[in-house]
Amino acid sequence: MIAGTTLINLKGVSFGYPGGPPVLRNLDFSLNSGDRVGIIAPNGSGKTTLFHLIMGLLKPLSGRIEIFGRHVREESDFTEVRRRIGLLFQDADDQLFSPTVLEDVAFGPLNLGKPKDEAIAIARRTLAFLGLDGFEDRITFKLSGGEKRLVSLATVLAMEPEVLLLDEPGNGLDIRTRAALIEILRGLDLSYILISHELDFITATTDTVYTMQNGKIRTDQELSVHQHVHAHPIGSCPHEHCPPE
Amino acid sequence: MISEPFALGNSQMHRCDPRIRLVSATAYAFGVALFHEFPALAAALALSMVLLSFARLPLREVLKRLAVVNGLVVLLWLVIPFTFPGEALFHIGPLLASRPGIALAAQITLKSNAILIAFIALVATMPLATLGYALNQLRVPDKIVHLLLMTYRYVFVLEQEYQRLMRAVKIRGFQPATNLHTYRTYAYVVGMLFVRAAERAERVQQAMLCRGFKRKFYCLQEFKAGRGGLIFSLLMSAALLGLVVIELR
Repeated sequence: MIAGTTLINLKGVSFGYPGGPPVLRNLDFSLNSGDRVGIIAPNGSGKTTLFHLIMGLLKPLSGRIEIFGRHVREESDFTEVRRRIGLLFQDADDQLFSPTVLEDVAFGPLNLGKPKDEAIAIARRTLAFLGLDGFEDRITFKLSGGEKRLVSLATVLAMEPEVLLLDEPGNGLDIRTRAALIEILRGLDLSYILISHELDFITATTDTVYTMQNGKIRTDQELSVHQHVHAHPIGSCPHEHCPPE
Repeated sequence: MISEPFALGNSQMHRCDPRIRLVSATAYAFGVALFHEFPALAAALALSMVLLSFARLPLREVLKRLAVVNGLVVLLWLVIPFTFPGEALFHIGPLLASRPGIALAAQITLKSNAILIAFIALVATMPLATLGYALNQLRVPDKIVHLLLMTYRYVFVLEQEYQRLMRAVKIRGFQPATNLHTYRTYAYVVGMLFVRAAERAERVQQAMLCRGFKRKFYCLQEFKAGRGGLIFSLLMSAALLGLVVIELR
């Protein structure tokens, strides 16, 4: 992949659910290869909607979506998109529907027309890469929350995507799984957009963090998450600091 | 939690090819359902017991399941003998119990228990996923198999959602009683469950589309009949033939 190629380009995209207020208003956004973008924004600001528009699960009311340099509109345009972009759902129970882990991970490759033994090989390799060796025959609904999240990621990575869209990947994970997931994401040679509420998760896994406001992504205002350490007398008592005049 | 207490095990029955077990159980059930003669039905019940002993299942659990069906059978015993026309055998007050009525109730009792025990021994001893794939390999239409597997997968998620709703109701002091408030609350819970199920179905479908789903599923599991399977199917065929001979004698 050549660094700097535009992978996803949204121009003036608007969307609203029937009978509701507009969720996205005239949104512009682009993702270049090599980018690891974090989006942090309150609930209901349209982050998940944005992902669903990119994947073609929802259609914009107006605006233009270009993916890998092609203007995508029809359901058939998105077949290619879905092969090259992987979406990790917020709820792993939505993503894992096969009885066993191996079948679920092999589902994507099989849909891409891979022969059975190759699909199984890819599935095993992906599971091993995520440290999930020995999970092949586990029953998907009997996995723990953290295991479900990692297996979901495996089902997405098994399709060998070029871009990942991650919807709250760190949510509800225990500290160990969370740390493992951060390590995995940092080690991936992929561009991705990551939605999260958790400041530390997002700063550990992305290079640029934006916020959403009034149905737009504020690319003009890059957020920098930071903290200050300072000391003064009676600092252990609860207190507030005034912003500079 | 909904569980499959019989599916896990390492008996000879558990190791036998699921396809052979499934075909045997189906053929056996059809046969027994058509029998009328008591010797054949008694022999069938005995054969079911033998099958059950091969599966080495916890007896208590098996009896619990049988109790469910036999509750219904008791109900039949209360009705059929007194409503079926024929020669009277005895009477309780004005109610006459007919001989053919009693025979019929007895037949139903034997048949249902024989078939149920055989199914517990042969089919309940495989996980539902395996059952799905075995059906698939036996050329049962894809759609039916996938309905079965998806139902199985999401029945647990829905059960959790149901538990969550019931907890929410209980922590706010709900106590079921015979009144409109109770009925309305249950109706809300059920309604909400449907709404959540529909929303879940939509998200699952979206997730499947994102992974390039083309309305086709692929089965990865492969079954091998082996020598044990061959021997089992021969024995089952012989036993079934024996039962037919007893019936027609």
